[in-house]
Amino acid sequence: MPYIPHTEAEIKSMLSSIGVDKIEDLWKAIPEDIRYQGELDLPQALTEPELVKKVRSMAGRNLEAGSVRCLLGGGTYHHYIPPLVDQMLSRSEFYTAYTPYQPEISQGTLQAIFEYQTMVCELTGMEVANASMYDGAEASAEAVLMAERISAKNESGAILVGTTVNPLYRRTIATYMKRSGREIIEIGYGPDGRTLVDKILEQEGPLAVVVQHPNYFGSIEDMEAISAACEKTGAVLVVVVTEAMSLGLLKPPGHFGAAIVACEGQSMGIPMGFGGPHLGMFACRKKDARKSPGRLAGQSTDADGRRGFVLTLATREQHIRRAKATSNICTNQGMLALAAAIYMSIMGPDGLRELASICRARSQYLKEKLEAEKIGRIVFSAPTFNEFALDLGRDPGPILKAMAQKGFLAGIPLGESYPDLENSILVAVTETLGEDDLDNYAAQLSRALSEA
Amino acid sequence: MSDDYSKRRGLSWSEPLIFERSRASEDRSRFGGEGLDSAKVRGDIPDSLIRDRAPRLPMVTEREAAQHFTRLSSWNFGVDAGLYPLGSCTMKYNPKVNEYLASLPGFRDIHPDQPPETVSGALELMLSLQRMLEEISGMDKVCLQPAAGAHGELTGMLMVRAYHESKGNPRKVVLIPDTAHGTNPASSNLAGYEVKEIPTAKNGVLDPETVKENLDEEVAALMMTNPNTLGLFETHIREIADVLHEKDALLYCDGANLNAIMGISRPGDMGVDVIQFNLHKTFSTPHGGGGPGSGPVGLSSRLEAFQPVPVLVEKDGEPRLEWDRPQSIGKVMAYYGHFLIMVRAYAYLARLSARGVRRASEIAVLNANYLRVALKNVYHLAHPDQCMHEAVFSDKNLPNGVTTMDVAKRLMDYGYHPPTIYFPLVIHGALMIEPTETEGLETLNLFIDALTRIAKEAATEPDTVKSAPLTTPIGRLDEVAAARKPVMCCVFDEDGAD
Repeated sequence: MPYIPHTEAEIKSMLSSIGVDKIEDLWKAIPEDIRYQGELDLPQALTEPELVKKVRSMAGRNLEAGSVRCLLGGGTYHHYIPPLVDQMLSRSEFYTAYTPYQPEISQGTLQAIFEYQTMVCELTGMEVANASMYDGAEASAEAVLMAERISAKNESGAILVGTTVNPLYRRTIATYMKRSGREIIEIGYGPDGRTLVDKILEQEGPLAVVVQHPNYFGSIEDMEAISAACEKTGAVLVVVVTEAMSLGLLKPPGHFGAAIVACEGQSMGIPMGFGGPHLGMFACRKKDARKSPGRLAGQSTDADGRRGFVLTLATREQHIRRAKATSNICTNQGMLALAAAIYMSIMGPDGLRELASICRARSQYLKEKLEAEKIGRIVFSAPTFNEFALDLGRDPGPILKAMAQKGFLAGIPLGESYPDLENSILVAVTETLGEDDLDNYAAQLSRALSEA
Repeated sequence: MSDDYSKRRGLSWSEPLIFERSRASEDRSRFGGEGLDSAKVRGDIPDSLIRDRAPRLPMVTEREAAQHFTRLSSWNFGVDAGLYPLGSCTMKYNPKVNEYLASLPGFRDIHPDQPPETVSGALELMLSLQRMLEEISGMDKVCLQPAAGAHGELTGMLMVRAYHESKGNPRKVVLIPDTAHGTNPASSNLAGYEVKEIPTAKNGVLDPETVKENLDEEVAALMMTNPNTLGLFETHIREIADVLHEKDALLYCDGANLNAIMGISRPGDMGVDVIQFNLHKTFSTPHGGGGPGSGPVGLSSRLEAFQPVPVLVEKDGEPRLEWDRPQSIGKVMAYYGHFLIMVRAYAYLARLSARGVRRASEIAVLNANYLRVALKNVYHLAHPDQCMHEAVFSDKNLPNGVTTMDVAKRLMDYGYHPPTIYFPLVIHGALMIEPTETEGLETLNLFIDALTRIAKEAATEPDTVKSAPLTTPIGRLDEVAAARKPVMCCVFDEDGAD
């Protein structure tokens, strides 16, 4: 049998040391009527070469981004990943370890988490970052729950969520909030594609404001006005970021008074992987750290005064506090946090700024080209980072299909989540696309539109 | 064995924080962005929204980063290094072919919003995994979306809530035995329920009478782990399910310990309504130093309508993602779950099939019982009965005030990862040992020998045991001080602190 080292003779001798005749004698505690009779109906076992052949053929049926030009974004981005990241992650000292509950033999993981936490703080402009949440959506939901703990006195205030927050994130927040019965109010967007700040000011005593920046349409929000509105209404500001790359160029949420930042970290060295595993980056202010969810690595010393790292503030967590824990999270995204730490280490401050600038510059290049050549219509007027909404003037379905056949994953249709944008798509540009790719995209899109 | 570590020291690195390695260098640009005009890049973005200070990320070369992370890795203990008998965590071997398959570009580099016809291989793999999990568990349906075990628990409890709401009353209380994992009460609370802890009987399992006594119209569900955290099979589970169902309360089974019963007994046949699978335990995907896991949930038909969207089904012979599910609890994360972890679990199951999974469970139980019998006269055994996949001991009979913590730390000096300690809470000073099926007899015997020596040391040289570990890069750390005045990120010189 695969992965089992025992010989039949060893099994026999073990059974006799235990004092039973056969293995079945070891589950006397399982009543007869719930013992499974016969053999499970599973596909026939494969040898390792058969397995590889079969799974490679499944993988081969997927259109992978490296073989086409990928302009899909919306919370998951096709960025270049330096091979060093995967080379380091493939060290089994990292990936076959458990959560670092025993610090003396887990300093590799713990120090890396501590470094990751520092990098996330720098990236987001916050004081404390945790060891990770599942993804940006779940981090956003946990951020709203934490906002309730920060503002515990505000019993009836609503949660204001921008309509420009990723629709999947909004649904996740709604799921997590169901039990509290607290009202969630959507704050719409204007013709420039940004959140209507006046609508925040109209609300009485909101508990929290959740905005995405850059938002789902790629638009750069008016963070100063949003920040001022939160200050005026006393709402806790939660800033969601789905394109972490933007933080290499844009002023981080911490500078605008964000109490909590929930960020999807996939852009920092993590493959798209059909949506997961990704990385929920979660950061807050130091004064609120004890109300935060998830694991935290902290610095300490041993008896000889040597510096080391431990999991700290564990009394917030489920294994100690049980029903009163700040979150139920246990297994998190350790490996992905490590990937992000390695990625940010080799980017450094300059590399990240350079990369963010390239993404922005190429996205502007395409946007201006489409505008100049009147291919579709740029929907919103606000400045964007690396993605934008494009109105095709007709059902995008057939156009996207035609573009896929030409080797372009051309955009994400917006109609399902935004019925008033039924003819529009979301187009994202990363450093993996050169200007020639973008010229080609524009030409093919123009042709597809004229042929449709 | 205990003093053969002097050789290791030459490879024990002293490695600073990566920020402390930072230094200026000119070789940074790798993307050809040097020629960009920064004013033009900013364009229509207002100056007030542009960063005025770069994030203080480390400034190191690729070579320095490679050295840094390689050295950090050398301070870690992983399954590949040695026995990792962490109870309730099922630290079995992580087959390398799984890693290889998950790294194929056709899986790694696909976007979740691609048109379905361009990801048909991925959807087919998910559908196959879903079906295999349905068959192993005997549950009516499996939903792959949850990201980890605790996330599966939350998803399950939200479905329980949706079920009761659909009948007009969400109910108020969830019953949880005192042996439960901490995530159970935390997940129930997050789903909006009060938790009522109920006692396990003296023989270590839950008595149906206890359930009856605590059951009323406001109980939404009972959450129990089977086999439980004492390593014992919950003998009365079928009867408990019936008792609950009579009052229309549901049975949640924490599936963390499924590795004990594959092909031997199925939760669906026990009357379970919802169970989470931990792909990173039972199905051999690596723990990653704390994640990512994957926590699919199996459901009885009662809960089918409430599963998160999208629901993966087969229609006209093709896998399809269905979004139109009016009674769904919604979404619990952005996309379809931890797909690349599913690839690994799929590969494991495709390789093992029915006989392989049953054999895995048989040997897991055999190994645990072998340890139980071999150590029962050395350490105090929490329950005398046969165990399933793990055995729980305690420090009750250790001399000279030597504790479970000391034993755990001393095991490191012998080259082992310690078992789970101080859990379950009902056993004072618990040592919870789960060897898993991928460890052979010789490994078990060496481990038994190490634990036996430590018990002797407790009598003859207790100070050695109490000051362990002596061979690790660092000694016991002051966790109290760390929590009192927490330092959770690097303090930079310019901040002027410390």
